[in-house]
Amino acid sequence: MSPNPPERLERRSIISGIGQSDVGRRLGRGELDLTLDACLKAIGDAGLTRDDIDGLATFPGAGIGTSGFAGPSTPEVQDALRLRLNWHDGGLEGPGQLRAVFAACLAVAAGLARHVLVYRTVTESTAQGEGGRQGIGGAGGGRGVPRFSGVMQWTLPYGAVSAANWLAMIAQRRMNEFGLTREQLAWIALNGRRNAARNPKAVYRDPMSLDDYLAVRMISTPLCLYDCDAPCDGSTAVVVSHADYARDTPSTACHVNAIGTALRGRPSWDQFDDMTTFSARDAAASMWERTELRPSDVDVAELYDGFSILTMVWLEELGLCGKGESGPFVEGGSRIALDGAVPLNTSGGQLSAGRLHGFGMLHEACVQLRGEGGERQVRNTPEVAAVAAGGGPIAGCMLLTRGLS
Amino acid sequence: MTAPGAARGPAVRVLPRLDGTNRFFWTSGEDGRLRFLRCTACRHYVHPPVPRCPYCLDGSMVPEPVSGTGVVHSFTVNHQQWIPGSDPYVIGLVTIAEQEDVRLTTNLVDCAPDDVHIGMAVEVTFEQAEDVWLPLFKPAEQLP
Repeated sequence: MSPNPPERLERRSIISGIGQSDVGRRLGRGELDLTLDACLKAIGDAGLTRDDIDGLATFPGAGIGTSGFAGPSTPEVQDALRLRLNWHDGGLEGPGQLRAVFAACLAVAAGLARHVLVYRTVTESTAQGEGGRQGIGGAGGGRGVPRFSGVMQWTLPYGAVSAANWLAMIAQRRMNEFGLTREQLAWIALNGRRNAARNPKAVYRDPMSLDDYLAVRMISTPLCLYDCDAPCDGSTAVVVSHADYARDTPSTACHVNAIGTALRGRPSWDQFDDMTTFSARDAAASMWERTELRPSDVDVAELYDGFSILTMVWLEELGLCGKGESGPFVEGGSRIALDGAVPLNTSGGQLSAGRLHGFGMLHEACVQLRGEGGERQVRNTPEVAAVAAGGGPIAGCMLLTRGLS
Repeated sequence: MTAPGAARGPAVRVLPRLDGTNRFFWTSGEDGRLRFLRCTACRHYVHPPVPRCPYCLDGSMVPEPVSGTGVVHSFTVNHQQWIPGSDPYVIGLVTIAEQEDVRLTTNLVDCAPDDVHIGMAVEVTFEQAEDVWLPLFKPAEQLP
């Protein structure tokens, strides 16, 4: 069943540098332009030059999804930086958005590369402004609407077209099983907005009240507009290096302690055995199987909030609160505040800081471990950070530590 | 017949492309029966259709009718205009009565959205669109 190797090879890797482009709504800049900004910052932050970079990875790779979703391909970035690579990787399938980072960690551990540049770029906000992400069906409908094969044929005929619909059914199920309320769920959004006010790069920084949350329009019950993340433009990059570079990086090395990659239930949005957890359950379990650290060791948590309900699932499945208890745990917002027991989504998360699609969570975890959070820095610089990305049947998570633990 | 407060589905039905694997399912409603592949060896129902039984890896997969009854596992009322011109409609996740790990994403119809609840007994009703019979579900006439 669970792999049990004598050595957790991901521990041979560190994040030696981080970089992020401008982040915003409709920046109107090209995806490669933003990507190069982020990549060059990350390389410099790691104390390296492009000549040192011998690995390159991204999620998901070009040509996938709606306009503005995928970002540039690794060949485009390789050529733009004239990189000479020993290892390269891009792809959609795997344990969520962080799959590119996990692959880089293992490539470094295997000696296939020494310094891997990993990036994720979105220009969904600009794409929407150009009409690049429209509804399905278009004017008229009926005959002439394309038909679908594959997995989408089971949901599109019923207008279940978005992860918002599929995850709304998780939220409804949790309301039924655990008594979750909208007033509790709201705190994922409210906490994010509270932290975004301290993040100059966040796309939404105006205060949000519980009344604002409860009054905004529904998307798919019980999820409202503020339960859905905010499309943005931006690129995030990290350099994954061999751990023996930790002494030499001018930044504070963030050590990879464990990665969580499992998918043990059926890989399906509507056939997964437990509709209250999805594969966050498996990813989290596999991560804890690979470390001596415990949930109580986590000092800061950056947990994917593409939809608010996903953060609730991650809180529980990572053991940061009890099973089914995330509602009461987040209610009122004190436990998840910057000075709470589990500081959560400290840069504002995707709900308020923008949908950087998992890599924003990773970047912020490093910022916090390095003590560079400025106004939003968690006190007593955190030593252990939990990072999670994905939802439904797509999920991955990791533990990062400041120094070796 | 549409219940007050909700449409039967989106303004436009985006239909499946029929092929040798899925045609039995999407045309099953022509005679009013819902069908799933069933293993001739271990007798499990399997969905979505696959060529070999994932339970026993043995036996043949043959479409067989089921009762058409089930239980609402979860649901949501969609308000967003993913499909322009749509009124709010109810998306349901229905577990079939015969086997608890076989679910269908569907629309729940003939029921006010406020009356839909998890655990509600439902039964199939078909909506024909071109050469496809979409299985929808409505409140069960009697308990299954």
